[in-house]
Amino acid sequence: MKTFEYTITDPVGIHARPAGLLVQAVKALDSKVTLTNKDGKSADGKKLLAVMGLGIKQGDTVTVTVDGGNEDASVEALEKFLKENL
Amino acid sequence: MQVATGTSIVNRIAIGRIRVYKRPEYKIGEEIVADPVPELKRFEDARVKVQAQQNVLYEKAVKAAGEDSAAIFQFHAMMLDDDDLLDSIKSIIVEQKHTAEYAAQRGFENTAQMFSEMDDPYFQARSADVMDVGNDIIECLLGLDTSSLQGTEPSILVAEDLAPSETVKLDKNLLLGMITREGSSNSHTAILARSMNLPALIQCKDIDDSWDGKFAILDGYNSCVYIEPTQDLVDSLTRRHEQELAQDALLEHLKGLPNTTIDGTTVRVYANIGGPQDIGNVTANDAEGVGLFRSEFVYLNSKADPAEEEQFQAYKRVLETLAPKLVIIRTCDIGADKTIDYMNLDKETNPALGFRAVRICLTRKDFFKRQLRALLRASVYGNLGIMFPMIISLREVKECKDILAECRRELENEGKPYSDKIQIGIMVETPAAVLCADELAQEVDFFSLGTNDLTQYTCAIDRQNAKLEAFSDPHHPAVLREIRMTVEAGHRHNCWVGICGELGADLSLTETFLRMGVDELSVNPKSVLPLRKQIRSIDLRKPAGEGLTQNTQ
Repeated sequence: MKTFEYTITDPVGIHARPAGLLVQAVKALDSKVTLTNKDGKSADGKKLLAVMGLGIKQGDTVTVTVDGGNEDASVEALEKFLKENL
Repeated sequence: MQVATGTSIVNRIAIGRIRVYKRPEYKIGEEIVADPVPELKRFEDARVKVQAQQNVLYEKAVKAAGEDSAAIFQFHAMMLDDDDLLDSIKSIIVEQKHTAEYAAQRGFENTAQMFSEMDDPYFQARSADVMDVGNDIIECLLGLDTSSLQGTEPSILVAEDLAPSETVKLDKNLLLGMITREGSSNSHTAILARSMNLPALIQCKDIDDSWDGKFAILDGYNSCVYIEPTQDLVDSLTRRHEQELAQDALLEHLKGLPNTTIDGTTVRVYANIGGPQDIGNVTANDAEGVGLFRSEFVYLNSKADPAEEEQFQAYKRVLETLAPKLVIIRTCDIGADKTIDYMNLDKETNPALGFRAVRICLTRKDFFKRQLRALLRASVYGNLGIMFPMIISLREVKECKDILAECRRELENEGKPYSDKIQIGIMVETPAAVLCADELAQEVDFFSLGTNDLTQYTCAIDRQNAKLEAFSDPHHPAVLREIRMTVEAGHRHNCWVGICGELGADLSLTETFLRMGVDELSVNPKSVLPLRKQIRSIDLRKPAGEGLTQNTQ
């Protein structure tokens, strides 16, 4: 299991469009991905509505946990995705 | 005749019959089914069908309104792949043995509730999207046909509210205008109205089913609708509507043409606007940008001093909608004839020469900073210019810029982005600013001449005093000379110069301004095309006519 943190710079936060892209990106990975917001609430990265339900806004730090599969590759792919989209 | 009021989204007129748009009403029973398997299949069939519809709506919306507006339908389609939502609906069918429509209603309502209970207004608004998809599923399960709700004749549509999928499905050729009881200026109804430049009223609390089929006039300028109007009103509003149509015809003819004279001199023509409801008029009249956006609407529409976030949302929407056009937002110009209770301004004997505009802002720094921070944060969404009004000295410009720099540093520390391409300018509307123009031009990117106040201050003629009309001369040589001096001073220091006062739209002065080298004219949206027509008829190679130059030398 690997974890990393990312601070959201998108002005609206994890809104519908990037949340949709994020879910698609996670589905393409072979690891289980969990997002946790600053209040400790978690969501499965494959679940669109749960990810949006975290209400992550600009400036919030989100903890990403990657479990199983090729963890290094998954972490790398997600870090790249987040930098480009959020 | 009945008059109902609301909030106007687009200032135009619609004349025609009312069509009350109502989604079919239904009641979903709580009956128990013996075998859940057929219900699961019914739900799955509806899900696949509605998901396919969302993808069709997406394609349709991309063509009609572009990728950004269409993205919502992708979100809708993806929602129908969400395991949490689908599992909750399936478990209601399997475990509680309810019908597919009952389970869908419960499942979507629960999800919508989750969004509506969130803190952030963006996420709260998503609950409407969830219910929009939910209603589509339920209507599909019930076999309801919603395709004929709009009728077959052109009409003014009256509805409680319109969901995104409904606004996309509407036949735009049959749409004269829209009136809704609910909705915000961010709602899909408002967005559609602006993009089509259609008159629309939202928050019209008095809408009534009995209006269906009645003759009505929607008057966007006065934020109201007249049901069965009197003949006088019909006559006067029809005339106004005909002017709009004549304007439309002019637009067709001049659309996309450059503001270039016969000899090849080009001047930028921008629009002056007073609030988000005018945005549609900017694009509809083919203005190249906004030369004066009066920010007073954020203060006047608010019961208390508006928070940074509220201002940020308002500016963001304006910039986003008009991007990549330049939008020059003038900072708070309250005072003189514009007063607001919560500002607690003293009554003054001479308000035009009193505590107003930048004088208030530089005194009440926290108030000023809220606006500047909101503007900076909004700047990443478009092409922003910030303009300070009522400047008389270099010291004031420097102070404004210092406070702006302070706001930038704060935002950097907070990790909030702002654009590094913001243009900074001032209104030149006092004789002091004209006489100091050389110093001021070195501090800013642009000047915008506010000819109304400049005339009042130069000629010592109170704009509000009707008795002075005999003494006032809108083409006073002193004012024309000041304009020339300002243009020349600006150009000496690489500072472009525009006119945003009423003189900018005075077609008898267009040639004079072009000869002076004015870079930009910002006028009422309705004047943009007549001005373009005038510019395109001018030939600066010909000698200036008499009277054109003598007054300004």
